[in-house]
Order: sequence, then structure tokens, then C-alpha cells
Amino acid sequence: MTTLLLIEQVLNGLQSGIMLFLMAAGLTLIFGVMGLINLAHGSLYMIGAFAAAAVAGATGSFVLALCASLITAAAAGAIIEVGVIRRLYDRDHLDQVLATFALILILSEGTRWAFGSFPLYLDVPAALAGPVTLPGGIRYPAYRLLIIGVGLIIAAGLFLLIARTRIGIQIRAGESDREMIAALGVDISKLYTLIFALGAALAGLAGALVGAIQSVQVGMGEPVLILAFVVIVIGGIGSIKGALVGALLVGLTDTLGGVLLPLALSGVMDASAATSVGSALASMSIYILMAVVLIFRPTGLYGTA
Amino acid sequence: MTFKQLLAATCVAALGAGAQADGVKVGMITTLSGGGAGLGIDVRDGFMLAVKGNDDIELVIEDDQRKPDIAVQLADKMIQSEKVDVMTGIIWSNLAMAVVPAATAQGKFYLSPNAGPSALAGKGCHQNYFNVSWQNDAFSEAAGTALSGEAGKVFLMAPNYPAGQDIMAGFKRTFQGEIAAEVYTKLGQTDYAAEIAQMRASDADQIYFFLPGGMGISFMKQYAGSGVDKPVSGPAFSFDQGILGAIGDAAVGAKNTAHWSKDLDVPGNAEFVAAFEAEYGRLPSIYAAQGFDTGLLLASAAAKADVADADAFRAALKAADFQSVRGKFSFGSNNHPVQDIYMREVIKEGDLVTNRIVGTAATDHSDPYAADCNL
Repeated sequence: MTTLLLIEQVLNGLQSGIMLFLMAAGLTLIFGVMGLINLAHGSLYMIGAFAAAAVAGATGSFVLALCASLITAAAAGAIIEVGVIRRLYDRDHLDQVLATFALILILSEGTRWAFGSFPLYLDVPAALAGPVTLPGGIRYPAYRLLIIGVGLIIAAGLFLLIARTRIGIQIRAGESDREMIAALGVDISKLYTLIFALGAALAGLAGALVGAIQSVQVGMGEPVLILAFVVIVIGGIGSIKGALVGALLVGLTDTLGGVLLPLALSGVMDASAATSVGSALASMSIYILMAVVLIFRPTGLYGTA
Repeated sequence: MTFKQLLAATCVAALGAGAQADGVKVGMITTLSGGGAGLGIDVRDGFMLAVKGNDDIELVIEDDQRKPDIAVQLADKMIQSEKVDVMTGIIWSNLAMAVVPAATAQGKFYLSPNAGPSALAGKGCHQNYFNVSWQNDAFSEAAGTALSGEAGKVFLMAPNYPAGQDIMAGFKRTFQGEIAAEVYTKLGQTDYAAEIAQMRASDADQIYFFLPGGMGISFMKQYAGSGVDKPVSGPAFSFDQGILGAIGDAAVGAKNTAHWSKDLDVPGNAEFVAAFEAEYGRLPSIYAAQGFDTGLLLASAAAKADVADADAFRAALKAADFQSVRGKFSFGSNNHPVQDIYMREVIKEGDLVTNRIVGTAATDHSDPYAADCNL
């Protein structure tokens, strides 16, 4: 394996990690602040992608499509919070899992009812369609660089929001003691709706960004949801910093594991066995990573007990 | 639309029951919700188009949600309480393996409109099991033969599950040439950046891949953006009408093998394409063509023989006395198709991305498992 190929694979890992971060950030905020397990987060990702595909199809503008994904997913998130989730805060986690699982089914079949069973078309904007040549002669798709850039900007924005603004203070306070901040006169239900809509908007944006290079179809959110849960468990529940580090770790492990494991095993066994054992091990690698992290840090990398 | 079709199905069913007591009762279990529903909907619509207005056939349709346990429950219900004579509809090989052996063992006929696992073509073949689509390896065996003529090394990629391995095995069985690399991805994987980087770095001259449904859409879009310009080909599942619209221009130029195409010049095909488009407002896919042929086969057998006389009905099915939209169609010794397989190319007709036939990949192709079947 050449150094160039390795660098390209590291970039791929970063890009998939950044996308996971957008999903995991919302999930970890909602879990950390409200104590709610939201399985329907993947459906918000799907709603973002479908909104983007519909608007891109109607207007041809990718920027408008991204705006539409943010607005639609945030609106859907707010409606879901007010209509369903609000009733679940006092219930135990099993009730939350049941209710949000029902939301997955309702949103999936609702999307199918509105858009049909066949995948939708959403492509990257023409200006970013091809590869660019990076220093060192690496040819890398321009659109994936954009994803990395957008993800980093959003990560920075979230840190500022949490660390430097009044809402950030309320969010952090809500994480540590929600009765107390309600007693201090913060409108906790408005805060919850806001956080839920913010998390939903991030998921919707991730869906739209990824939908352009993947398939916009019903059920696209569930595989990502599982990875996002792995990320927040590794990073520590409720921690944005943990979500970022966890997402990058998972993205890099997933990508590099799939490439390096078959290669490493081909030294000790024949090529076809190395391929199949290597790909099987690679699919397990992120879960092994999660297990190892939990053995040494039971609350995750940045979690507090 | 779905409601209307259900209503139509019910009407067909009611008519069948009222008009003729000794008609054929058909139980269709197919995937109508969840991921992959597009395939089941196409099979169902093709089948219903073929038997439209046919009073001999009474149809019961159920959705298996792509889950083997649900398919098994539905099959039990259809056999025991609905008392169907013939079953059909299953899309996925793992579901077929769960349902077909039990159904045929209870004396029911099963017509497969899609799945063709090797286990049911070889030792596990059954006199009441008729495959109207293909054995799983067929398209890639034909592709292996067709690509052997062109010089060059091939990079193989498929998901790491039985059908993925079968299809690559089919390709390697007939391909005369060098394999540059063989990569197995996770089932359901959506990001192929790592594999595309390997393709760029490898010395392969072309890519042969099998990624059905959303996986194929993701891969083709990412491949087009990567700037790697090695030619790609694969079995038709990755380039079918249902997903080409979602891939768009990125698929243009890709070669794929299939037993049918909408521009295939055989009697009845143009009429089928026009009727399907008029009825459902979209172009038919290979799955729709398979569903249509399954319906025609069943209607031909029902017209010739009474299903109560199993031997006569079986002989009528085996004769395959219908005009397939694929042209030539007959059953081999293991009740699997003997048919031509074509090389198709993805093209753009105006705004529409679709396939056209560029050549024949295999003539009178039959599967290699027939030797293990003692029918």
C-alpha cells in the first residue's frame, strides 16, 4: 500500500466521521439534556434527505435544497417534540424506545406514501462533481472535501454555542440538573423543543449532504442511527466533544479497518481467505472498539458518571 | 394507487371465486414495504397485468416486509386457511429458502418470479418448484463469458453475504482472465470511498460489481465523482429501471447483463412495455417483466389443465407454452429457465436514463446445478 492511498483512506475516514458527528451531536444532546432515547433520529436524517431531493428536483439549486433540509427537519423535530416526545420525559426508557420506534414506522411509511417506493434522485452540484488534486498528487472528490469543511464549521459553531452563549449555559445546566434550572425560571419546555429541533436540523443536514452521494430512500437512516449510538457511547453520553472524538474514531476505524485488515491478514493466510476473514473482522471492528473503550472508561471517553 | 390496485386484486379475486369454482387460487407473498419494496411492487404489478381479466385466476396478495419469519407465517396462512393451489412472489433468496421447500413438500406449486438460490436448483430441486426468473449465478456467468474476450484484469466487488458470493463465484466460473482484486463489502454499506480508492490504486482495467438496490446507487454516484475512469459492469440488479432514475447520468455507459430489456425486439414485448406504462405510469423493470412472465405462465397452464390434477398441471407448467417477453423461454431438467442473456448498456434517451441491448452475452443459458438435480 502506498502512502498516497493511505492518506486518501484517512481522508475518507475523516469524512465519514464528520458525517457521523452531525448525527451523533443531536442524539447526544437530546439524550444528555432530556434523558431521552430517540430512535427516530434516523428518520429525521431521512426527512432531511427527502426534503433536499424534492427541492433540488423542483428548483435545481443545491443550496436551496440544503436550506430546505435544515428547515424541514427542524420543523419535523419541533412537531414531534411537542406532539409526542413531550409526553415521554417522565416515562422510563422502555416506553421511550417503544414510542420512538413507532415514530420510525410511521415516518417511514408516511414518506413512502408521499414519495413512493423507489429511490429519489439527488446529485452533487455540478461545480463540485469531479475530483480535485491535493498537494502530493492525491486526487480526491471535491464534494467530500466540502463535507469535511461543512462538518468542521458546524462542530466549531456548536462548541461556541454551548460554551459561549446563554442558551449554551442553559443546555449545560439542563444536563446537570433539570429541576434546578426550571426552578431558576428557565422555560424548560421551550428549551427542550429548541434542543430537539436543533438536533433534528443537524440530522437533516447530514441526510441531505450524504444523500447527494448515497441513495435517498426510505429506511436510509437506520444504519446510520446504529453507528451514531455507538459514537455517543464511545464519546460519553451528553458530551459534544465526546461525540466529535467518538465519531472520528468510529469513522477512521471503520474505513481503515476495511482496508488494512485484509491486507494485514494476507501475510498469514491465502488471498481469498484473508479477504473474507478481513471483511468479517472489519465489520466487527467498531464494536470491538466500543467494547475496549467501555472496559477502560465505562462512561465513555468524555462522559461523567 | 396502492389502494386501487388492492381493490383491483380483490375484484379479480371475487370474480374468480364467483365465476368459476375450479379456477386456480394463487397466493402471492412479496415485499411491499420497507427497503426493497420497489422490487416486490414491480413483480406484483407485472403479474397483475398479465392475469388482468382472467377469470380462472384468483389472487391473494400479502406483504412479507422482507422478513423470513413473516414470510413463513404468511405461507402457513395461505396454505392452511386460504387453501391456495399455487404460490409465488418471493423476491429474496433467504426468504425463498424459508418458504419454498415447505410449500412444495405440502403439494403446492411454487413459481419463483425472482429468487433463484443454488440450493433449490441442485440437490434441493422439486418437481413442483418452477423458477421463472433465473438461477442466482446466471447473469454473472454470462458476464464472465462476455468479458473474457476483452483483454484486461478485473476488479471484483460484492457484499459479503451468500448471494454476493454466489454471483462472484458465477463470474469466476466462466471468466477466462486475470482477477486483479476481490473485495467483499458489508451488506447495506453506503459509503464506498475506501473501495474506490483501492480501485484507483489497483492495476485493474475494469470493475465488475454486484450491489443491489441502494448500495448500487451509492456506489455509482460516488464512483462518478471520484474521477476513476475504469469501465464498470455488473448484473442488471445494479442498473435496473427502478434505480437508474436515482443514479442519473453517473450510470451512463455502464454495461450490465440481463435476460430482458425494454427494447428487446421479440413479439409482445413492446406491447407489454406500453401496457405497463399506461397502467402504472412508469417504465417496467426486469422484475416487472419477470412478474408478467410468471402471470403468463400460470395463465397458460390454467387454460390447459385443472390444478386439481397435479400431474397434468405440472406438465402444462413445464411446457412453458406462453410468449415470454424475453423471447425464447423453456425449462431445463431442474425446472429452471433456459434462456438467452443479453449485454445491455445504460444510455440516456432525452431526459430518461435507461438500458439498451448491445449484444448477446450467452445463448440458451442454463445453470450448472442441474446435474445435481434428480428430476
